[in-house]
Amino acid sequence: MLETLWFILVTVLFIGFFFLEGFDFGVGMLTKIIGRGDTDRRVMINTIGPVWDGNEVWLITAGGAIFAAFPNWYATLFSGFYMALFLMLIALIGRGVAFEFRSKLESARWRATWDWIIFFGSLLPPLLWGVALANLMRGVPIDQTTNYVGSFWDLLSPYAVLAGLSIVLLFLLHGSLFLSLKTTGELRDRALGFAKRIGAWTSGALLVFVVLSYFETDMFTRHGIFPGMVPVSAGFALLSVPFLIKAERDGWAFIMTGLTIVLSTVTVFMSLFPRVMISSLNPDWSLTIHNASSNEYTLKVMTIVACSVLPFVLAYQIWTYWVFRKRVTPADHLDY
Amino acid sequence: MDALDLARWQFGVTTIYHFLFVPLSIGLAYLIAFMNTLYVVKNDEKYKKLTQFWGRLFLLNFAVGVVTGIMQEFQFGMNWADYSRYVGAVFGGPLAVEALVSFFLESTFLGIWIFGWDKLPKKVHLAAIWLVAIGATLSALWILAANSFMQEPVGYVINNGRAEMSNFFALLGNKQLWVEFPHVIYGALCTGGMFVVGISAYKMLRKHQTEAFKASFSIGMVVTLVGSILTAFAGHEQAQHLMESQPMKMAAAEALWETTGEHAPWTVVAAIDPGAKQNAAKLEVPYLLSVLSYNKLSGSVPGMNELQAKYEQEYGPGNYIPPVRTTFWSFRVMLVSGMLMILVALLGVWKMYRGKVLNSPRFLWWMMPAMALPWLGNLSGWVMTEVGRQPWTVFGLAKTADGVSPLVSSGMVLTSLIGFTVVYGLLAAALVYLIVHFVRKDDMAADASHKAHANPGNPALPIL
Repeated sequence: MLETLWFILVTVLFIGFFFLEGFDFGVGMLTKIIGRGDTDRRVMINTIGPVWDGNEVWLITAGGAIFAAFPNWYATLFSGFYMALFLMLIALIGRGVAFEFRSKLESARWRATWDWIIFFGSLLPPLLWGVALANLMRGVPIDQTTNYVGSFWDLLSPYAVLAGLSIVLLFLLHGSLFLSLKTTGELRDRALGFAKRIGAWTSGALLVFVVLSYFETDMFTRHGIFPGMVPVSAGFALLSVPFLIKAERDGWAFIMTGLTIVLSTVTVFMSLFPRVMISSLNPDWSLTIHNASSNEYTLKVMTIVACSVLPFVLAYQIWTYWVFRKRVTPADHLDY
Repeated sequence: MDALDLARWQFGVTTIYHFLFVPLSIGLAYLIAFMNTLYVVKNDEKYKKLTQFWGRLFLLNFAVGVVTGIMQEFQFGMNWADYSRYVGAVFGGPLAVEALVSFFLESTFLGIWIFGWDKLPKKVHLAAIWLVAIGATLSALWILAANSFMQEPVGYVINNGRAEMSNFFALLGNKQLWVEFPHVIYGALCTGGMFVVGISAYKMLRKHQTEAFKASFSIGMVVTLVGSILTAFAGHEQAQHLMESQPMKMAAAEALWETTGEHAPWTVVAAIDPGAKQNAAKLEVPYLLSVLSYNKLSGSVPGMNELQAKYEQEYGPGNYIPPVRTTFWSFRVMLVSGMLMILVALLGVWKMYRGKVLNSPRFLWWMMPAMALPWLGNLSGWVMTEVGRQPWTVFGLAKTADGVSPLVSSGMVLTSLIGFTVVYGLLAAALVYLIVHFVRKDDMAADASHKAHANPGNPALPIL
């Protein structure tokens, strides 16, 4: 019972992470794609300036929650996906520092260096999370001691790489719509134009990914050929984006990419449940919420803490977005 | 080297590096919150400028502290999978609570504070920096709760072949936590204090905004004085608790091979020979170890040989003596830097009281190298604590060697060790460069961002 609740809570934390950091990863990548010149980039970074750090905490909390609630999952996942996690940590470290350091010197070379770090630091984590999630859904070689026996390259199947690219595209779309809400003038036009161009590619990539999932995972055999309302709604939400952009409803378009991210994350975790890591060697060696979880007491304590703290976290994070709801223009004082 | 040694190195390198930034973040957060409060109460622009000046330095430091903290959380899973499996049901708890309760608070309100100067009422904005300071302190509390479990496991039962949490409040009420936490927090206050003192001294020598920096110098000096004295007292408490909980660590910190007589002398320095299990030469102060250990002139302190025999009976055959030289010398570096800090602060406060700070350029000059003292103390203190606990990760319960990830190859650990070391090194170089660059300028708002519009290199956007 509590194990299921914690599985749901971990899902919620990942939803928070992908939804929120989804757009700031997108903005990070877009600084190189549609940012022309220093002022553009500064405006873009300042749109996520007050919030990106808080957004990243969703990931840190998800990591902590897995450690406390499912220690075996935490151990197998992070020692198994060692090199992938190493690359992601380097990316997150570089990116976080780059935001802070970038604008502190006028030197063009200094800024160009950090700009590339922001770009790759925003590109690698979603790419690697896509790869990781696809491998979780598909199953990875886990032996009877619950250790991962494959290598880093085993993770990079075409299916997993496609998942990574799909997430990158989805976050680019999410990020460009966020920029369209937070910027003005020519930069805003470029963000919208980019969203228009990339919409079809995103839908296409995700469609191919869903079709491949039919062959690569047991999702459809477990849940039937009609996967349920959640993934179907995710698809429709994504498809509605180009029309909403055309109708100049970019707020709604942003909500719809957000909804796509939320529902897709739910789909991934639903297809896993009650397993957390599927063994491709022997289904009996899979990690489930039962054999990977903490003891009842730990879960109980953690539940009380989480349920009493999360509402406050949500409240003050929402308040932050309210305080900084205005669009950022080059005429503003730019902190980053 | 095998994966275990490399994983140890990686833990050492990344943790020490992370801890360069953490105490400064905690200490400086309080100093800045205090200056910001003075600005709001007195409505004196001087304090606003000071708040923003130190705020800039705080943010640069905080950024590196935060990103290297992510590594701290995940490397338990990467390199220490069996450790995580064995104690995750206890140890993971405080880490998760830290993220939920403290990280969210700290990072969200820091964003609000940085970007909210013109967007929020003064008092709400002030509350944000106080929440950052409180968040940072709570963060330390939860991390130290986890660390204290490693030093002195409480609130658990062994079940299903692993440690499981049985009493959350025992973890929070751990005696070890309540001697460790004050020691670390007071140490952090000294770190913030000396940082402000050293840089303010430089600014006064350069005659940059002398009046403002004299104010921050005074605040920093008083904080350092109070902080360093409290650190010493807290450290004394901690050492006495060590006699009960981890006598082996204390014996190693004293290079004490044989149990002492009734009146234990304190060893100032010694030539230690761990192979022969003896000291070639040593300089001693009579009675002092008894005083340190028990607050009285008599009391025998057990030596490593006796404890080794006792632990072999209790835990089976094995070597239970930690690396003695490292433990011994790190303890002394910590003590000496702490004592020097108290002296510096006493002298500084005396000069302030006599109104002679600005007339003592030599004293001001010395405050710059003195900035290293709190870092020496912080780092050597942790080295003593963690190295002195070996061979255990969780004292008496789990050995470090048994916690390593079984199937992670040494090549992988080596790759990531080199990767993190190089990246951390570059970050340190960039950070030092930025701090020096910023401090050297005679402009308290010296920040590139304030000049963005004046920069001819930026063509104005058509919409302007």
